[in-house]
Amino acid sequence: MSFKTKDVTLSDDRPKTLLLQKHSDYLAGYGLNKDDYEFCMTEYLRMSGIYWSLTAMELMDQSSRMPKDDIISFISSCQDNESGGISASNGHDPHMLYTLSAVQVLAMYDRLDAIDVEGVVRYVSSLQQEDGSFFGDMWGEVDTRFSFCAVMCLSLLQRLDAIDVNKAVDFVLSCMNFDGGFGSKPGSESHAGLIYCCVGTLSICKRMDALKAAELAWWLCERQLPSGGLNGRPEKLPDLCYSWWVMSSLSMLNRIHWVDKKNLEQYILACQDAETGGFSDRPGDITDPFHTLFGLAGLSLLGNTSIKRVNPTYCMPQETIDRLNLEPQILQI
Amino acid sequence: MSDSGDSDIAWTFYKDRPEWSDITPVPEDDGPTPVVVIAHSEKFEDVYNYFRAVLQKNEISERALHLTKDAVELNPANYTVWQYRRDLLKELGADLRSELDYVESVIKQSPKNYQVWHHRRVLVEWLQDSSLELELTGDALLQDPKNYHAWQHRQWAMKTFGLFENEMDFVDNLITDDVRNNSAWNQRYFVMNNHLGWSDLNVQKEICYTLEKIKFVKNNESAWNYLRGVLLHDKRGLGGNAVVLSCCEELYKNRCRSPYLMGFIIDICDEAIKKGETNSIYCADRAIELCQALATKYDKIRSKYWNYLSENFKKAKYIENGSANNIHV
Repeated sequence: MSFKTKDVTLSDDRPKTLLLQKHSDYLAGYGLNKDDYEFCMTEYLRMSGIYWSLTAMELMDQSSRMPKDDIISFISSCQDNESGGISASNGHDPHMLYTLSAVQVLAMYDRLDAIDVEGVVRYVSSLQQEDGSFFGDMWGEVDTRFSFCAVMCLSLLQRLDAIDVNKAVDFVLSCMNFDGGFGSKPGSESHAGLIYCCVGTLSICKRMDALKAAELAWWLCERQLPSGGLNGRPEKLPDLCYSWWVMSSLSMLNRIHWVDKKNLEQYILACQDAETGGFSDRPGDITDPFHTLFGLAGLSLLGNTSIKRVNPTYCMPQETIDRLNLEPQILQI
Repeated sequence: MSDSGDSDIAWTFYKDRPEWSDITPVPEDDGPTPVVVIAHSEKFEDVYNYFRAVLQKNEISERALHLTKDAVELNPANYTVWQYRRDLLKELGADLRSELDYVESVIKQSPKNYQVWHHRRVLVEWLQDSSLELELTGDALLQDPKNYHAWQHRQWAMKTFGLFENEMDFVDNLITDDVRNNSAWNQRYFVMNNHLGWSDLNVQKEICYTLEKIKFVKNNESAWNYLRGVLLHDKRGLGGNAVVLSCCEELYKNRCRSPYLMGFIIDICDEAIKKGETNSIYCADRAIELCQALATKYDKIRSKYWNYLSENFKKAKYIENGSANNIHV
């Protein structure tokens, strides 16, 4: 009998405690390194970069280190007057992904007044298709990620009424696979990141009853490897961001206790870089704001009390979700 | 090709090119951070300064088309560059066949990038020609058999243009190469669902195929999941197929303790209990025993899950016994 081999080994000199100050310094300094090749390469996803960094800072209660006023005026400047959508950066085209990031950031700042909200509603609803799916932008790529972006964005704006929610749910359900998981389109392989998007959509639309909860939760538990880390598909390497996609999905399914929390926590902590700060996908790799957010958010779900509570559906601080009176559904078992 | 900038030795900055002297470059608007701009990569900055400039004035020209190539080469993930490039291709009435070749070469360099595959799809739609797609995705999957983008594009082309005919052979080769390739098993399901259909004969064929693969590598999550998927199309349920049952019992008897086998038998027990089959070897006691073995020995990392199931079976047994006792009162 052969057992799984695709995994990593945690070394003894790995970080074992949470280095909050390091992470805060890392994110505060990230935007300053304009000579950083990485910074320049990421212009096309700047808006999401701001969301990852700010949310991570919020969770550490360090968001005062982010340039709030600059961020807000930057977001305003990225809204396209014509379509109402928001782009990744100035001069880029509007896109669903960055429209959501912008709305999330403004919701955390309680500054949704800084954009034309009706414009965003118009943009998002214009991207819904006959079958209930959503385009990511005018070029017509369809993906369950965009369904999630659309409903999350509109719910943050209290405007879910602007789309056909039933159809949006039907499309997501048409992407459910025989293993209970979800892919990007009908028939696409189950993938933990896309499962998060689909479960999140159902959570916001309060249709968690439509899931094959037992099968799905088991599939998600199967993602845990001997190192404690989680992968996103069978026979793939563990990656820190899956501690978010898998754990948040299990939280919405109310079955987070099925994974080995202690081992997972060890894995997440091992993905910290004790010198530079930040988290990476696997121990020893280069850190980035994306994995830093998901490392912190994952630890929050695991109950780490030095981090603020994160909402599993929105990947935003629970206090923001409470302030907006949003009640994403958690499956009752 | 000198214009694609693939050789840095021959590279001339746009700012030093006389044919571009009419354009004023536009530096990146830095966004929400203090303005401390240090040259990260002179070439990158130069190309993108000119890119922003032509984009801003929406210049439709051959030189702009060439410029987008340089911009793509420096960062193929920049979606705005691709969108502008498509506008240019359309407006200029460019040769879309050579664009297909071009995007193929970019896909070969950046096979895990949303934008390149999307560009490919738009071109195939414009040309209404899918004749190269199976080969292109086949090549990409040869490099990385789990490349999600390549699989998505392949499924799209197959569904849109009806390219199912030889797909089972393709899938079978991949499964033969790596029996744990979950993407290939998913594609197998895709072909069954969208093309071959789940007739009783096909269900039986797929069961036999899968059991052969399970006998070859027993602890294979993908094959076990596929088996469950096939049995969704068997009206008799998980435990109604004699071939499946005898294979599972045979494996168990021969000391196979794969958590997937054990989990499968547990689910057969669950099904039998729910159907009220009281004289079956698939009963609560057996399920409890298996759950406990998994929790304490064979799948310790998921002990919480197996313990939870075990408790449920104990409750079910209690109710079962309770009602049985009532009969005897």
